Amino acid sequence: MDSTLFHYLDYAVYGTAILVMLIGFYGTMVKKSLLKIVISLSVIDSGLNLLIVTIGYYKGGTAPIFSPGFLKNFKDVSKMVDPIPQALVLTAIVIGFGVTAVALALVIRLYRHHGTLNIDEIKNLKW
Amino acid sequence: MKKVLVILLLAVLGYYTAATFFDIGFGQPHFIKGLEPVKDIYLAQTVKTLKVSNAVTSIVVNFRGFDTLGEVTVLFLAVTVLGSVLYKKRHEVGERSVLFSASSIVTSGSKLLFPAIILLGAYVFIHGHLSPGGGFQGGVIIATGFLLMLLSYENYSVSHTALSVVESLAGITFAGVGLLGFLHGGTFLQNFLPTGVLNNLFSGGIIPIIYIAVGFKVGAELTGVIYTVLHEKGQSNG
Repeated sequence: MDSTLFHYLDYAVYGTAILVMLIGFYGTMVKKSLLKIVISLSVIDSGLNLLIVTIGYYKGGTAPIFSPGFLKNFKDVSKMVDPIPQALVLTAIVIGFGVTAVALALVIRLYRHHGTLNIDEIKNLKW
Repeated sequence: MKKVLVILLLAVLGYYTAATFFDIGFGQPHFIKGLEPVKDIYLAQTVKTLKVSNAVTSIVVNFRGFDTLGEVTVLFLAVTVLGSVLYKKRHEVGERSVLFSASSIVTSGSKLLFPAIILLGAYVFIHGHLSPGGGFQGGVIIATGFLLMLLSYENYSVSHTALSVVESLAGITFAGVGLLGFLHGGTFLQNFLPTGVLNNLFSGGIIPIIYIAVGFKVGAELTGVIYTVLHEKGQSNG
């Protein structure tokens, strides 16, 4: 009984990450305000990063750092979680920052030109 | 009608993404039987050859060092695009977009906190090969210190020339250290310094040097972004 419950709870971690990602996609497609669209883009980023980090997790694993405490007590490399997704997410976070910064600069520029953030009033950019 | 269509589309997307990830399984080592997982090779090399204790740092700076150079370039490009899109004539610069002044609690508190924040940032990127953290994280911490100062003092200004000098020197250090590897080992970012003892501050060869350069570069770039956006005057039809 307990084991099946925990089995489903495991999948809840993936489920949460995918849900965050889908909320971001919904925001980019439905919302009218340009600022809300930029926020949705960074929500997509967060969901994807969470998903990638979660793949690298091992049950009962430790951080991939060979600290003196780890070397004294464990000495077992297989106890460490996978460091590769973490390194990839580090890259992805920086790229996400760049995307958000450029998007916000374009939004400021559009607001200066049109005086509104509503995407319907600017030009029918939305389907 | 449109919302229903979007939700249906996202339901399909979510179902197939979830199905893929549930097949992988959560928390199990997932690799093909008989093949050594790449994680074990990286972890073994991290301790034996590079003498770096933080495996994420060794992957970001050494195994995927070329990728990190590209990442730093993308960050530089983003900052350049931000500056050129928000371009303004010289006499318009100096107007703050924050219209009210900060309270005296914030002004006196930020004076106290600013050196501590800079120190924490420097600690995080100098110890990037020993503990969690690194150049990118330390650079962001330093930029938050400058954000605090810019928000609390109305006439606090950061020299754009100093920022670009720091940024360029850090970028040249990264690329130059990488190119020196050609002289010693034959590949880009080859280690040519003694690696030292594991878990010492002076260990890991060129990895701490590169991460310190990345820390300075990210700190300068993010401070530039904050300064540019904060001094953007909110005006319509301009």
